Formats: sequence, structure tokens, C-alpha cells
Amino acid sequence: MEIARPLAGEPFERTISRMAHEIIEAHEDCTHEACTKVVLVGIRRRGSHLAHRLARRIAAIAGTPVAVGTLDITLYRDDLRRRADSPELVRTEIPIDMNGAVVILVDDVLYTGRSVRAALEGLIALGRPARIELAVLVDRGHRELPIRADYVGKNLPTTPAETIRVRFTEDGETEDAVCVLALPAEGEA
Amino acid sequence: MGDEVMVTQEEKMASTIEPHGAKGLPFAHTDLLDTAELTGAEISFLLDQSEAFFEINKRQVKKVPTLRGVTIMDCFFEPSTRTRSSFELAGKRLSADVINFSAAGSSLKKGESLRDTARTLAAMGTDLIVVRHPAAGAAASLAEELAVPVINAGDGCHAHPTQALLDLFTLRRAFGRLEGLKVAIIGDIAHSRVARSNLLAMRTLGMETRICAPPTLLPAAVERYGCSVFHHLPSAIAGVDAIMMLRIQRERASSGAFPSLREYARNYCLTRAHLALAAPHCVILHPGPINRGVEIASDVADSPRSLILDQVTAGVAVRMAILYVLWQQGSGQ
Repeated sequence: MEIARPLAGEPFERTISRMAHEIIEAHEDCTHEACTKVVLVGIRRRGSHLAHRLARRIAAIAGTPVAVGTLDITLYRDDLRRRADSPELVRTEIPIDMNGAVVILVDDVLYTGRSVRAALEGLIALGRPARIELAVLVDRGHRELPIRADYVGKNLPTTPAETIRVRFTEDGETEDAVCVLALPAEGEA
Repeated sequence: MGDEVMVTQEEKMASTIEPHGAKGLPFAHTDLLDTAELTGAEISFLLDQSEAFFEINKRQVKKVPTLRGVTIMDCFFEPSTRTRSSFELAGKRLSADVINFSAAGSSLKKGESLRDTARTLAAMGTDLIVVRHPAAGAAASLAEELAVPVINAGDGCHAHPTQALLDLFTLRRAFGRLEGLKVAIIGDIAHSRVARSNLLAMRTLGMETRICAPPTLLPAAVERYGCSVFHHLPSAIAGVDAIMMLRIQRERASSGAFPSLREYARNYCLTRAHLALAAPHCVILHPGPINRGVEIASDVADSPRSLILDQVTAGVAVRMAILYVLWQQGSGQ
């Protein structure tokens, strides 16, 4: 059940633009040829939508395209057997050589940090990046691992009885939105 | 009192762990025994999952931690080099512990001894069982006996589903689709579990199949495979997209199925001259091991049209996908 919609429509777009500006600022050389070594890697699926949105904004602002890829972390999860969602795999596709690359890992929500841990293991299996940063649209707290984000769209304090769902028009939603949902009494839906 | 606490905790665990098969995977089986039992959607799903593993096999680190702590028993009651090493590699790349259990085919009969073997394997606490056996139906009897997922790696002249799936994966990669492709399967169809599993899957997928062999090497009740039957190699391969050659077992010559290997080769060996008759983009498959100069000419086997080595590469990815999906479907003990 949806209990709040703290970010939607125009403010949602603005948040992505601000994150794009922050990423450009942190990578000033991004507008030069060194840009080929930067890649936005989205954790599928919603992280991947966000990575593509950020890449488009960065290209529009900086005037240079930035590489963007998708990472499937299912096989690296520490909770694969107990998760309710489908363990169906999607092919990981990253267009540049990971060795020496600057990777900006992108996800929609940062919560326990376990997805990011799995993603780090997956990224390192692909090569040895020079540096890995983390960009998330929502940081909802409750970390279980020593992980933090470098770029945060919105900090959203939540209780473990709530869940955050980021809706993207790419998935057929009527508008982009960050929604706070109340979890059913026991177990995640 | 202590025991009661344990039980409560176990019950709590059981309620938080999703039952398998309820995860929304579009795959309804807990064992893989034959392609005959798979729907077109299930075959496509396995091939899509194989794509993800194909990419992993190209990485710097060709290993994922997914099946850590899972034990896979590869039971080979019949000699095998490539299927066995392919399964072993697939299991290891998923981080499972892989045990090879083999026995000379001659010393084991189906019936009771297989049942005893099954009980032994179950007692060892394995999570997945891969079995190759000279008796048709051996994998199915093991599957019936055991709660853990069983994968048929070849049972007599009956089925070899993982080989068929890797052949389909190779063809789908080459053509970008499967439906409507014309495939000719040439050789000892009667004794070939590879041909049988392929024909059944190809029929399900809407592919056009042809088989070509001397009458003595055709299976009984050939109509059920929905393929056209040829005895003349050049007519069989006219206009096809893919040719699948089967290995001729040398011992078949002495059984009277054909007069001699040389005679067989004169009529059924695929040569460069034949290739002009097939479609210009035609590819060649062979489940291996190949007999150069018997069913396939050396230069054809080594030509750019030959996907024989691509099949071997695909085999590891396809078997990783099958192990992964069946483990997901498995009881989880």
C-alpha cells in the first residue's frame, strides 16, 4: 500500500539533473578524452534505467557521450535462495574494458548495502577498475554493511516496515516517482 | 526444552524461505530428463539463461559464487569425455563442489543395482545429480527414486537433452532465431539420443527437420518426429540452413547395419562438394567426437562453416544454466 510519494514528475527529473551535474563536477576531465574511461553501470533493472537517464543528462550537459552498461547481480547475491523475486538472469553488458576504468555504479535505492556488495564482486570479476563510485536515487538508511554512496538524489529516512519503490516510465508506469509503501504484516510482497 | 526451541527456529526459517518453483521462473520441472517434456517457452527460457552464462564464460574471472556449498554428483556409468568435463567445468564455474562417480557400464544393470546406487547417492547428501547410463530410462528411474534434481546426461538410445539444448543455443546464436530453420540430421539416427532429443525439441520450436541415413539406421516409428526422411545425402541437404552430422560407431559396421565404413563414407560422408547444395549460409554441427573421413571430411570439419568447437563452448554455458535453474527449482533439502 502506497503511503507517500516524496518525489515525482518535475522534481524527480531535477534530482537526476543535479546528480548528473555532481558527477560531471567530480570528473572534470569527463569532457575531455579521458571520458572514455568512465562508465555508468546500472544494477538491473531499475538501476539500469537510472544509469541510462544519468548518461543522457550528462551527455546533454557536458556535450560528450558517456558509456553506460547493465550488470546482473543475481548470481552474486548472498540471499538468492530466500528472496521472493524471480532469479531469472539478464545478460550483463558493459561496453568498455573494466581494467583501469572509472566505474560509477548506479542503483535506484540504497538500503542494506547487500546489492552493492554483490555488484562490487560482479564488477571485479569483469576486470580491475581503477576506481568504483556509487550513485543512488534514494538512500533510505539501515545499512548492514560498511557501504556509502558518493552521489545521492534524496535521503529518505524510513522504517524497516516500509519499502521504497522507484517507478520509471520505462517500465510502463504513468509517471516517474519515488513511492513509500507499507509492507504487509509479515515477509516482503 | 532445548529441542523445542530448535524446532521453532526451523519452522521460522521454513516460512521465510520461498518454496522453489514458486519464484515465478517459467520452468515447471524439477528434473531435466528429455526435451520431449519441455514447452517452446521453457526451451527459450533455458537458452536465454544460457546467454547470461555465456557472457560469464568470457570474463576475466569465469566463476560466480552462486552454488557455494552445493554438491553436484556427476555419475557416469558409460564412458564420456566431453559431456563429463563440460558438466564438471559448469559445476565448478558456479562454485559447486563436483564429485565424479563412475562405474564400468558392463558391471551395472538397471533394476536393483541402480536403485541401490541412488540410495547411496542420496545418503551422501548431494544437491544435484547428473547421470549418464547405457540403459534408456535410467535417469527417469533415478529421478523417481530421489528427491534431488536429476539431469539426464544421456541414457542409452533414448535422450540427451543437454546436448540438444546446446545445439539449439549454437544455432540460435548463429541465426538469431530458431523458428523456421531447416535442419538436416545425417547418420545413425536409430541409435542416436542426440538426434532424438534434437528432433523432438525442433518440432516443438517449429523448425523444419530432415533425417538422412541408410534404412538400417533409421529409428522405428519415425513419423512421430515430424521430419522428412531421406536416404540420399545430396537431396537431404538441398537448401538447408544447418547440417548436423552424427558419429558413426565403428562397431555398427560389424553388426551388419552397413557393409563397411568405406562403403558408408562413400554415401554419407559430408564433403566440401556437398556444401554447395545447402543454403549459402549453411552451418555444420556435430556432437563429437568426430570420425574424420567417415561421416565428415576433414576439411569440412575444419571449415569456417563448422560450428563444432562453438558447440563445445556453448555446452559449458548451457549446462551452467541448467544446473542453476534446477537448483532454484530443487527442494533445497
